[in-house]
Amino acid sequence: MEDYRLELRNVSKYFGEVQALEDINFKLGRNEIVGLLGDNGAGKSTLIKIITGYHQPTSGEIYFNGKKVDNLTVPKARELGVETVYQERALAELQTLWRNIFLGRELCSSLGFLDIQRMKDETHRLMNESMGFTSHAVSPDSRVGKYSGGEKQGVAIVRALFFEADIIVLDEPTMGLSLKETAKLSNFVKGIKQAGKSAIFIDHNIFHVYNVADRVVVIDRGRVAGEFMTQDIGVNELMEKMVRVAETGSLE
Amino acid sequence: MNTPTNGTSPAPAVTQHYKVPFNIRRFARQNSSQLGILGVFLGLWLVFIIAAPNTFLSPQIYSAFMTSTPFFAIMAIPLTVIVIAKEMDLSFPSITAMGMVGFWFAYNATAFIGNTTVSVGLAILAALIVGTIIGWINGIIVVKVGIPSLVVTIGTQFFWRGAVLVLTNGKNFPLEYIKSTIWYPLLVGKIGGFLPAQMIWLVIVSILVWVLLNRHRFGAHVYLVGDNINSAELMGVDTGRTRIQAFMLVGLFSAFAGVIASFFVAYFWPNMGSGYLLNTLAAVFLGGTSVFGGVGTVLGTFLGAFIIGSIDAATVAIGMTGYLTQLIYGFIIVLSVAMHSYLRKRAD
Ligand SMILES: Nc1ncnc2c1ncn2[C@@H]1O[C@H](COP(=O)(O)OP(=O)(O)OP(=O)(O)O)[C@@H](O)[C@H]1O
Ligand SMILES: [Mg+2]
Repeated sequence: MEDYRLELRNVSKYFGEVQALEDINFKLGRNEIVGLLGDNGAGKSTLIKIITGYHQPTSGEIYFNGKKVDNLTVPKARELGVETVYQERALAELQTLWRNIFLGRELCSSLGFLDIQRMKDETHRLMNESMGFTSHAVSPDSRVGKYSGGEKQGVAIVRALFFEADIIVLDEPTMGLSLKETAKLSNFVKGIKQAGKSAIFIDHNIFHVYNVADRVVVIDRGRVAGEFMTQDIGVNELMEKMVRVAETGSLE
Repeated sequence: MNTPTNGTSPAPAVTQHYKVPFNIRRFARQNSSQLGILGVFLGLWLVFIIAAPNTFLSPQIYSAFMTSTPFFAIMAIPLTVIVIAKEMDLSFPSITAMGMVGFWFAYNATAFIGNTTVSVGLAILAALIVGTIIGWINGIIVVKVGIPSLVVTIGTQFFWRGAVLVLTNGKNFPLEYIKSTIWYPLLVGKIGGFLPAQMIWLVIVSILVWVLLNRHRFGAHVYLVGDNINSAELMGVDTGRTRIQAFMLVGLFSAFAGVIASFFVAYFWPNMGSGYLLNTLAAVFLGGTSVFGGVGTVLGTFLGAFIIGSIDAATVAIGMTGYLTQLIYGFIIVLSVAMHSYLRKRAD
């Protein structure tokens, strides 16, 4: 049996009457970058939110490292090594940078008392080493709400990298990033692979996805419409197929 | 962004601590709301001293403020937590009375022990437990049923007041027996004939809640839930549990405030607490806690409570007609809240 970091079997998700996902089978290899492509409302974000434990599937099963996990929650998923850059960024804008970096995973003693100095130290280190923030407005004690769009996105990305994650989920991470930052991000995602970790990468820019992914999964109206190894398909051909899916609902 | 081998590995021990040298302007920007209300506090004080020096330069007036303000300030402090979490609790006045009903039942049930001090101690404990449970019920209804807390606690406020009236048949009862126990001087005694014990309790409650809010994961989650509950949930904060705990905190300290208020007069009356609703809320908002959630401080509420607590006495001392009190109340509240809103826009 092949060894996957993550596997979804026959996962469906309803929001009331609306079926967002239908019978999804999805695998993520041990050292693999998977790109998710699909139209607006196709169900990409819903799919990754099932993986991050935010949504519970209506039916179907989730396996981490071959072991079935029931009642997955966000803290459980983070324990299992999933870190996420959400499309909606998931920041608390009235709070300081260090509180956002450690949002939901505060460093604290066994009694729950915060280790504020360490969180500020780590934030400061991340800022200098990883974020490359140049603005003077950005410090561990500054409020995230007044950052620029790209800086906010940078916070969400760096946060996902701080914790020892095996699976990094990136839902439209290039949104609002400059060309330079986008190139940095692409390099970074390739680096995830070199480090032996896995990633799920969602982007509407097919070139970004094609550039970093080993495999692309096309989602259409809540179903997996098809998947390709990027080494087997040209980016132009992939683009044609995407247009066809959008028009006819079928890849061929 | 760096290579992920650096980025994703657990952080190596940081040798150099992040520390910024003290800078008065940054300090002022970061604490503008607390400094603002401190300014209002000191400004009013100055006005009072100038307008009525005889009263405000004598210690008695301060003893009087420290006697009466803690009755509602002890509730305003935990209420700050609820408002920061973007929830509301209007049921705390009824909780003060319901806690005392728990006290009364527990005292009668333990009378057989034959030791008043022990019985009263157990009865205090019962009051605190009753308050905490009522807070828990508020939280459960808000979180599990998903009704806005403003609406829920308007309902529970009536419900528990009704329960008090039914359980006591609407009767007052004297609590003279508490005066012979150690609890009486401990909770409402006057130290050195000047410093009321309830003032010390207020300080203890304030420090406790301050530590919870600023140094504990619970407080961190309270700010996050109030700021953006969706973000908090996406990142794995248990937003339900955090809010339920905040309601329990209000319940606990409202019952405690009820014990103190009724011990002070050695008397229980079924309508107790109902006069405190607006004072307590005003103290919270005066102190700079935002009704939109995510922002607020214990110090702000503390100062806000004493501003509210002093206006009444001050208007009389200054020689203005008592009719003016409400006008001044309203003026100061609206002005302070406007100040906070302005400072918040400019804040760091
Ligand atoms: N919490 C929710 N409640 C109800 N419907 C939802 C919810 N979340 C998503 N949906 C619906 O599910 C479908 C899939 O949404 P999803 O956000 O997964 O799309 P997406 O592929 O991420 O789209 P986009 O590229 O625009 O981000 C949409 O029709 C959306 O309206
Ligand atoms: Mg999406």
